[in-house]
Amino acid sequence: MTARTLLGLAFAGLVLIALAALPFFAGPYAVTLMIGMTGYVVLATAWGLFSGPTRYVSLATVAFFGIGAYTVGVLSETLPYPLVLLVAALIGLAVALVVGLSTLRLAGVYFVIFTFGLAELIRQVVTWYEVNVTGTLGRYIFLPVTPEGIYWQLLALAAATFLISWGIGRTRWGLALKVIGDDEVVASHCGIDITRLKLALFATSAVIITLVGAIQAPRWTYIEPSIVFNPTISFLTLIMALLGGADRLWGPLLGAIPLFLLFEWLSANFPNHYPIILGLVFIAIVFLLPKGVLAALESRLGKGGAK
Amino acid sequence: MLVTAVLSGLVLGGTYALLAMGLTLQYGIARIMNLAYGETIIAAAFLAYVLFTGSSVNPVLGLLAAVPLGFAFGYFVYGLMMRPLVRRARSRENLEIDSILATFGLLFVLQGVMLVLFGSNYTSYSYLNVGVNVLGTNIAANRLLAFLLAIVLGGGLYLLLTRTLWGTALRAVAVSPGSAPLVGIDVDRAARFAFAIGGALAAAGGVAISMYQTFTATAGVVFTMKALIVVIMGGVGNVLGALLSGLMLGLVETFVATYLDPGLTLAATYLIFLAILLWRPAGLFGRAAR
Repeated sequence: MTARTLLGLAFAGLVLIALAALPFFAGPYAVTLMIGMTGYVVLATAWGLFSGPTRYVSLATVAFFGIGAYTVGVLSETLPYPLVLLVAALIGLAVALVVGLSTLRLAGVYFVIFTFGLAELIRQVVTWYEVNVTGTLGRYIFLPVTPEGIYWQLLALAAATFLISWGIGRTRWGLALKVIGDDEVVASHCGIDITRLKLALFATSAVIITLVGAIQAPRWTYIEPSIVFNPTISFLTLIMALLGGADRLWGPLLGAIPLFLLFEWLSANFPNHYPIILGLVFIAIVFLLPKGVLAALESRLGKGGAK
Repeated sequence: MLVTAVLSGLVLGGTYALLAMGLTLQYGIARIMNLAYGETIIAAAFLAYVLFTGSSVNPVLGLLAAVPLGFAFGYFVYGLMMRPLVRRARSRENLEIDSILATFGLLFVLQGVMLVLFGSNYTSYSYLNVGVNVLGTNIAANRLLAFLLAIVLGGGLYLLLTRTLWGTALRAVAVSPGSAPLVGIDVDRAARFAFAIGGALAAAGGVAISMYQTFTATAGVVFTMKALIVVIMGGVGNVLGALLSGLMLGLVETFVATYLDPGLTLAATYLIFLAILLWRPAGLFGRAAR
């Protein structure tokens, strides 16, 4: 480990401590805002963890997010809180394995199609189950978790996600992933087990996303399938990761913070026209910054240096 | 009950076949994975609704407005949004990812516009809602009409693609976009037309759906999903495959709704999709996707 990485780690640790201390200085509104923002930073980073190197577009973020939140809704009164989180993570893992095993050995487009309808499928199945089997639709969550508690849990999850993402980049797997991202045929000829690696990465990313949903669930108090399986969450995660650049460690973070603030402002001021503006911003990003802000900046600076 | 299920299954399947044929043209020939496809369908359904309730134009005449509009919409979307992406793409995978992302954005724009205009309520109107006796069972006339429309439009398109020089050129692009220019086919133009015809078929399907189903501004995703699954079942770019798979999906859905539970139709669709992915990812009727 070089001095530079140690310095970087120490700096990241300091930032984390400063962020963790925030609730002691700022008011409740700031904490609410920070919960939302940290949540999206984790979602976007976890999304980039899988989709950045493999270039597979996952549209299923909210499927896992919703699984996490709804599991908490169902189990919060019967199991202790840490166990509920564990069960949620395991369900997310199981779904991710089913999706991954059936699609990841095929071309990327099958994966996209499968994930595209997954949230809607799970929403309909959960609704059907609740209406026909348990006879109730919608659940109340009464957990003794304070907003500060949620915020700290999310911060811890964010730190873990960044560590995982950073750690993978420094191992053999990270190198293998780079090869896969550049050319899958070459990768398989080098003896890389493409499918297994993609599956492991997708499962990791899905479990993190599930945990974000589970941790944020107590914020709602009342949840029902149409609330927790809201497709806007998938959409926001995707656009944030793309804006920053999904294949960089800090890219999703850089995309998530400004876009989260923009969306907060938009949803407060233009609640009806919000999806239209979102869609237009998204299309603009796809056209103007296809590789993300970081890559665009680098290529511009690089060109400037070459002159 | 069995005859009723088979008949209404075929009727529903006819609409699915129509929708899937449009999507298979867009994906198979124009190489654009259009996630906003369902929104075009719903927009046409709303158009038929507005024409029928507002100025009492019957939906069959409404088709005369919806189909050209769908065609024009597809034509402009391809020209404005997709062509720059096609030019920029270095490989087919790149184009696929870019088109998925761009149309995903388009999905939210269209859905947002419809939410502003019509709200999120369930919408339907009553047109030809009288029973007709077919083989001893009663079936609504509007469903039969929708089926007839699907047969005429789908069959017509199939003949157009297989019996004319122009259709053959389009299919040539689907088979091999790289070699099509060698025999003097303008690939860009073919792709643009295929995309536009896909839009026209989506609009026709939307009008057909509005005659016998309730719909909402946010229902597009489910239609896109079903159309995509039918396309993969039939083999990408395979029009006849899409037709047969559409009918099959309609039958399966109706059987699940009749004998199990209407709330499980999407789950059944997904099970079929899973089975296809595991055993025949190139589609039921052969011919690999790439």
